[in-house]
Amino acid sequence: MRPYSQFLTAIGRRRFIKFASGIGVGLALSLGGLAACQPAAEVNDTATNGAAEAEAAGGGTIRIGMTASDIPLTGGAPNSGFEGTRFTGMTLYDALVTWDLSDADQTAPLVPQLATSWSVDEDDPRVWTFNLREGVTFHDGSEFNADAVVFNFEKIFDEDAPHYDARQSAQVVARIPAYESIRKVDDYTVEITTVTPTSLLINQLPFMFFSSPAHYEALGEDWSAFEEDPSGTGPFMLEELVPRERAVLVPNPNYWDENRMAMADRIELIPIPEATTRSNALLAGEVDWIEAPPADTLAMLESRGFTVTSNGYPHLWPWQFSFLEGSPWTDQRIRQAANLAINREEIQALLGGNMVPAEGILLPDDPAFGNPSFEVRYDPDAAMELLEEAGYGPDNPVEVKMLISTSGSGQMQPQAMNEVIQQQLAEVGINVEFEVLVWESLFDNWRQGADHPDSRGAHGTNITFATHDPFVAMVRFIYSESAPPASLNWGYYSNPEVDELIEELQMTFDADENLAVYQRLHETLVEDAPFLFVAHDVGPRAMRSEIGGFVQAKSWFQDITPIFLAE
Amino acid sequence: MLLYICRRIVYTVPIALAVAVVCFSLVHLAPGDPLSAVLPADASAEVVERISRAYGMDRPLPVQFFSWLGRAVQGDLGVSVATGRSVSAEISRALGSTFVLALAAAFLGFVFGTVFGTLAAFFQGRWNDKLVTGLALFGVSVPHYWLGLLLVIIFSVQLDWLPSLGAGSGSWVNRLRYLILPAVTMSFIPMGIVTRTVRSTVAELLGSEFVTSLRARGLGGGSIAKHVAKNAAPTVLAVMGLQFGYLLGGSILVETVFSWPGTGYLLNGAIFQRDIPLLQGIILTLSMFFVGLNLLVDILQTLFDPRVRRS
Repeated sequence: MRPYSQFLTAIGRRRFIKFASGIGVGLALSLGGLAACQPAAEVNDTATNGAAEAEAAGGGTIRIGMTASDIPLTGGAPNSGFEGTRFTGMTLYDALVTWDLSDADQTAPLVPQLATSWSVDEDDPRVWTFNLREGVTFHDGSEFNADAVVFNFEKIFDEDAPHYDARQSAQVVARIPAYESIRKVDDYTVEITTVTPTSLLINQLPFMFFSSPAHYEALGEDWSAFEEDPSGTGPFMLEELVPRERAVLVPNPNYWDENRMAMADRIELIPIPEATTRSNALLAGEVDWIEAPPADTLAMLESRGFTVTSNGYPHLWPWQFSFLEGSPWTDQRIRQAANLAINREEIQALLGGNMVPAEGILLPDDPAFGNPSFEVRYDPDAAMELLEEAGYGPDNPVEVKMLISTSGSGQMQPQAMNEVIQQQLAEVGINVEFEVLVWESLFDNWRQGADHPDSRGAHGTNITFATHDPFVAMVRFIYSESAPPASLNWGYYSNPEVDELIEELQMTFDADENLAVYQRLHETLVEDAPFLFVAHDVGPRAMRSEIGGFVQAKSWFQDITPIFLAE
Repeated sequence: MLLYICRRIVYTVPIALAVAVVCFSLVHLAPGDPLSAVLPADASAEVVERISRAYGMDRPLPVQFFSWLGRAVQGDLGVSVATGRSVSAEISRALGSTFVLALAAAFLGFVFGTVFGTLAAFFQGRWNDKLVTGLALFGVSVPHYWLGLLLVIIFSVQLDWLPSLGAGSGSWVNRLRYLILPAVTMSFIPMGIVTRTVRSTVAELLGSEFVTSLRARGLGGGSIAKHVAKNAAPTVLAVMGLQFGYLLGGSILVETVFSWPGTGYLLNGAIFQRDIPLLQGIILTLSMFFVGLNLLVDILQTLFDPRVRRS
């Protein structure tokens, strides 16, 4: 489990005390004593950063053009994918655990938020105990406590609870598959039980936000009313919501975390789904910041004095191979050959530099990357050697068929990228035929599996995915239990060694040991290459040069509390 | 007359039903899971089942259709899958914006179309006719989302005269500024079509025998124009009615380019989110508008033209 380890690597930095107070059982022995004697109130006082300096420069109204076609749900379970989590989740709400998004140099690690520390029961590792932060209030002034935590888990998971909400549930349930039940121990302690023992619970909890039970009651127990007038514990409060037009966020003056006090006076979220319209809106001064500007406008925006930021984040653009009988990819040598045959720098040039060449599933500088014995690089000679070993060559090329789409969420520029790969593979003796599907069909086919008629006998599929924790990055694709319809092991990959490592990972609760297993898992997967590792996206965004305070973290999520507009 | 109107109203019932069936089937035939709007890709089968039960999507399609239809005829279009907001409320809010835009575009398109068409007819074959006909052809053929983008680049990005995003708020003057670019963009097609219709109708009338005989009796240009206008009105009105119908339907592309919060923009969002109740609601409402508008045009035509009434 990375987070624990990253607590370690981060020690010495400004969040030291917070890390220390949040570590789990792994570090409890070494640092537990220190954590235990740090009351929550002192945590804030001790951890200081440049907040005071920024405050002097703070202020301004920042209008952000989002890619969504509507304001993501504001009731505590945002829709519109991770963009929703970013703008109406992490702004209005807090989670028990979240990512530290203050650093651009490392893959964002997990840090305690509304939970100050947690531990796993030694006798029954399904049972986790979370100590909650005291003195936190919701925007309506009511208190955050164990009852509020239980209330919110019921809202999402308990179909029989009067406050259960199917729509919010749909957004969250699938992101927290480990959860089974919750129990209040005392006012500031809760116990969460998982379905099976798994260390991965902690990675799933950032998607669980907490809405105010008192406010829900005050609004007549109506979640639709709550969305219009939400109350969370987050650094921002919702001032105005005009569906499909704008949401206005203002700072929460009573926010509990001094390091994340909102600096801007006002943030306006504006849905602008059309990419060209978004960049025109920025150029015309109708918004100050846009998400995902069209790739071909980046240079122009920069030349006009706008700031364009980007950073690698846990995202992979792969080919996911089929391991069914008859698929050439069942031969490890051919999989490795393909990985050696593609020149990622050429693809990077095609994208105007906007990608990180992939060397595995995780970003090359991810702490869990490990040290795989197979190096993913451009080496066509080595690729041809491997193919020859496997019985193929220029006269007898490998013939494969791949499912691709011409567009799609997070897919970067699938057609152009696939065509370059097709050419590069043809040069070493792998002939690729494309079966082009509508994005929605390709996406739906993901959970149908390679043997489904809709897969049309293809040997691989091309869908990008998030890689911010072991489950989303690996388990759902390569664990044999994840085969369709259970999850997204589309190609029915099955490797006993990998399965064992996954099971070991789930059962390893010690921080260092967990990271070591995770590294071994990643190393094994890079060596066995069940994917063609191509690219990581860099999530470009563009903004007025007067905007200060923004740090683009290596994450799908970004913190907009430090941003301000210097007028 | 009353009987005629009643008959026409009864005719709209099977049309409405057919529209409902077609729009329901189309939405379900389109690729993509209707629940993908609300479910992450790796939702387990159990979660999918649970959520689809919560939304009533586990029932057979005909059952879903009739329960939807049953509620729709009572004016309840259900709630949006993505937002949980009432579909009727979403649509009525969007209709307001689209109506304003349609009215402005129709005003521009119809006024300029009529003036240009009449001019062209009176100066048939001369340079002003050619200029106007060329402009009309441009209006009909140019892709209007492209025109919209072009206008944004010129008037918003380069000149910084007009805003290009949303419908604005506050004073009427401010709202009007937001309205100009999308309205001009939207007006090009009706302008082109009305110009062409007016030109051909008026030209035909000017060459007809009754105009010659009016002239022979010594009537001046003004009186002749009045007679021509009255005779041209039914045809032109029919075309204007249809065009206004199209405008009211909202333009997905133009509204999306300008992020104009109307029905087209709403439809665009509903399509991308596979928000089935919203999609069905919008399509049904818009097609009913169209049917109603046709009815209105037919009735107006009978008022203007006794021949239609008699037939």
